[in-house]
Amino acid sequence: MLSWFAFLTAGRPLGVSSAFVRLAAWIEGLIAPAHVEATPYLARLRPVLDWEFFLVAGIGLGALAASRLGEVRRQERPPAKRIAEAVIGGFFLMIGARLANGCTSGNGISGSLQLALSGWVFFLTIFVSGAAAAMLFRREAR
Amino acid sequence: MFDTLPRILLGLLTGFLFGFFLQKGRVSNRRVILGQFLLRDFTVMKIMMTAILVGGIGVYAMLAAGWVQLSIKPAHLATIVLGGLIFGPAMVFLGYCPGTAVAAAGEGKRDAWWGLLGMTLGAAVYSELDASCARLRALADFGPVTLPQITGIPAHVWFAAVLVFAVLFFRWIDSRRAA
Repeated sequence: MLSWFAFLTAGRPLGVSSAFVRLAAWIEGLIAPAHVEATPYLARLRPVLDWEFFLVAGIGLGALAASRLGEVRRQERPPAKRIAEAVIGGFFLMIGARLANGCTSGNGISGSLQLALSGWVFFLTIFVSGAAAAMLFRREAR
Repeated sequence: MFDTLPRILLGLLTGFLFGFFLQKGRVSNRRVILGQFLLRDFTVMKIMMTAILVGGIGVYAMLAAGWVQLSIKPAHLATIVLGGLIFGPAMVFLGYCPGTAVAAAGEGKRDAWWGLLGMTLGAAVYSELDASCARLRALADFGPVTLPQITGIPAHVWFAAVLVFAVLFFRWIDSRRAA
């Protein structure tokens, strides 16, 4: 139902991953503005702080509100191995998402619900490859 | 640099609701996501199937009423499959997808903050590589097509088929767990 709302009000489906390109474009713009202008993939994503960017900010706030309404647990500091996993996992997650032109939300859900071929192919690919990786590396998982 | 204020507020509101539901639906918990990939916990599948069915039927109904237009991403199958093959295992290691990582980070989970750092670096690096991916994208480009368009089977039949499949599948899963 939230995607009805997004379609009606913003005229577009929900998606998350390109906000990270905007964030990267914004940071790079502070350091090396000429480089951003020279890289079409970065330059085409103006305005930087758009609907999707605030959508992503809202996701964080919404989850914070939801967790505060539930029981509040103190968050432990993650061990170094977990930090490395998260940074490397996040890095490749975004490479994969941008290569496929969308993530679980933009491609998997918003694409699939419109019955887009792109959405269903992406959904099935991540499910099969993720399950294979989990079976290989995370059998012992908690 | 900025979108208009109403659009920013709408984005914030939509995101707030999305993040709220993700957290309440327990998918900002990486054990739940990993459990799905290990085929032990089907919470993620249930949420995604529900979102696809409810969202899809609604969007197609609004399309028929002329209220909205579809926004179909082109089916560049070579890059979608390759990207998906990178994305799936990366999601297993990080434990989140981009949306749930943001939700988990908002909740205060420290590992998700590190994940966001990795994601931003990944986005920056991909921006440099994008131009060289053009040929790969063109390799199997079917354009912005939908399943009803390529098969000639109308949308409501597709949704009915997904619904029947989802109901039977989750019943089977739940009965197996109960046994």
